[in-house]
Amino acid sequence: MIQIKDLHKSYHMGSNSLHVLKGINFDVKEGELVSIMGSSGSGKSTLLNILGMLDEADQGQYILDNVPIKNLNEKIAAKYRNEFLGFIFQSFNLINYKSALDNVAMPLYYKGVKRKERNDTAMHYLEKVGLADWSHHLPSELSGGQKQRVAIARALASDPKVLMADEPTGALDTKTSYEVMELIQGINDEGKTILVVTHEHDIAQMTKRIVNLKDGLIIDDKKVQQVRASEYV
Amino acid sequence: MFSRDRWNEILEALTSNMFRTILTAFGVFWGIFILIVLLAAGKGLENGVKLDFSGRATNTMNMWAQTISKPYKGLPKGRRFTYKIDDVAAIKDKVPNLKIVSPRNQLGGWGGANNVVRGLKTGAYNVYGDYPEVIQQQPMDITQGRFINYNDINEKRKVAVIGLSVAKELYDNGEEILGSYVKISGVNFSVIGVYKTKQTGGDAEEGQKQIFVPFTAFSQAFNRGDRVGWMMITAEDNVPITGLKEQIFDVVRQRHTIHPDDKRAIGHWDVYEEYSKIEGLFTALRLVAYVVGILVLLSGIIGISNIMLIVVKERTKEIGIRRALGASPWSIRGQILLESIFLTILSGMVGIIFGSLTIYGLNALLDANGPVDMFANPSVDLTVILIALTILIISGLLAGFIPAQNAIRVKPVDALRTE
Repeated sequence: MIQIKDLHKSYHMGSNSLHVLKGINFDVKEGELVSIMGSSGSGKSTLLNILGMLDEADQGQYILDNVPIKNLNEKIAAKYRNEFLGFIFQSFNLINYKSALDNVAMPLYYKGVKRKERNDTAMHYLEKVGLADWSHHLPSELSGGQKQRVAIARALASDPKVLMADEPTGALDTKTSYEVMELIQGINDEGKTILVVTHEHDIAQMTKRIVNLKDGLIIDDKKVQQVRASEYV
Repeated sequence: MFSRDRWNEILEALTSNMFRTILTAFGVFWGIFILIVLLAAGKGLENGVKLDFSGRATNTMNMWAQTISKPYKGLPKGRRFTYKIDDVAAIKDKVPNLKIVSPRNQLGGWGGANNVVRGLKTGAYNVYGDYPEVIQQQPMDITQGRFINYNDINEKRKVAVIGLSVAKELYDNGEEILGSYVKISGVNFSVIGVYKTKQTGGDAEEGQKQIFVPFTAFSQAFNRGDRVGWMMITAEDNVPITGLKEQIFDVVRQRHTIHPDDKRAIGHWDVYEEYSKIEGLFTALRLVAYVVGILVLLSGIIGISNIMLIVVKERTKEIGIRRALGASPWSIRGQILLESIFLTILSGMVGIIFGSLTIYGLNALLDANGPVDMFANPSVDLTVILIALTILIISGLLAGFIPAQNAIRVKPVDALRTE
């Protein structure tokens, strides 16, 4: 599903140059649930941003679902993001003046789906994350866990190939974190490829594979015995 | 582009900070309001001044004889000459594109002595010897009877058409006017019609103190022979008289043995030229109104642009989220542009409405308090409204352009990081 070869990325701040990714090689197959771990500054978020086409690599190859991702202009990048990717953020990033339903429907709006169909689909995904009753509430009326579940529904709405989760549990307490992970595991069980960036070991243990990053390089990449989140809840 | 969702978004964005939106909109509102009111005031002045010309053929020149100032063909300077009735036919014959050439004779004049008597009443009036066509050059409403016609001319009938003011002074209320006689400089004329001038104000009173009699009867009654006092010449509508007058003068100079370069021999008053000057003045006035209005509008537009910049800044993160979800740069840009255009047009419309209400109020006030000199019926026509709307759309686009560009300049990843 994802193949990257020799990925490099530097940031330039004034005269200083910061080499964040120093040649990453890494494959993800369809249906995998991978966690990317590392301390802050290890480059894990940068990697995810590049995989998510929110940022561009300086060098290297990136193939997503057999489509080479390079020299994108913003228009095509937006189209790919919409079709291939679903994002889950640490701070949820819901649009606060829109209802849960409208938030979930938004990727479909940009996909050009008609209003009626859009709302039906959005409702379906809200049901899936167990928030059908909250569809007309604003994000400010939801708890943190609920917000993240709305965000997950939104990430799923356009039926993307890959879900990218950047510290999805970073702003949640342990119990809620496990609930969210249970949801993510459930989605993965249905065959969706998911990448999770985290620095929490217990969260990483709930994925099927852990990739360890340090100073811009992969130092460790191993399959793990998945811990089901439902055991904790 | 104009889906319901898009409008919802625009309304959500604009109503989220109502007070700020209203303050911003005020700039554009004020600009358009000033533009409309200025244009209407200019139009009012124009209407007021043009009322003085009302109905009069403006493509017209009055021409009279003066003292000859150059010796020519052995004749001395300082001679006087008079137009002859043959000159009229000659001018019509030799100069193309003339619509009407009216020879005219006149008795009395401003401040003249009493020259008209009816029974015990007397009055001082201008008495003109005229052809029927003069009513096209100097329009009047015939309120009773008729105007002079060619039978009167051919038969030299001693008939008269009198002004309303003349009728008021010489007749008692309710007295039968038509068919009665007035004595003009000792000659009886039968009254066949009463007219009312189309002028307004003080000019109207003066314009109605006139009496028209057939040119031929005038000549006979007052011993003018074949002499003509002056001429009123109107050219065809699309040919300015100003361009034809030299040809007319040439004909006159030739017939009266006047030096071809003698500028002073022929006196004239070119109404068209004067009218064009006034037209030019009002064009300039309109231009000033547009410039002032648009400059005021400009400050309003800068205000909108400014606030859109702030809105974009505030919504950087939201824009980042939208782009992560697949919003194309054009959809973001379009959103900002539409917001800006919508706000501009909305406030502009309110400005147009308030401007129109102000004009309406002004008109009502004018109607209630009677006419004012040099000012009548201030108004703007649909063209002005359409121009204003075009200006608004363009300025809305301009106002939104830089903010829209700013909105997509930030990389999505950076936009998502802002708080």
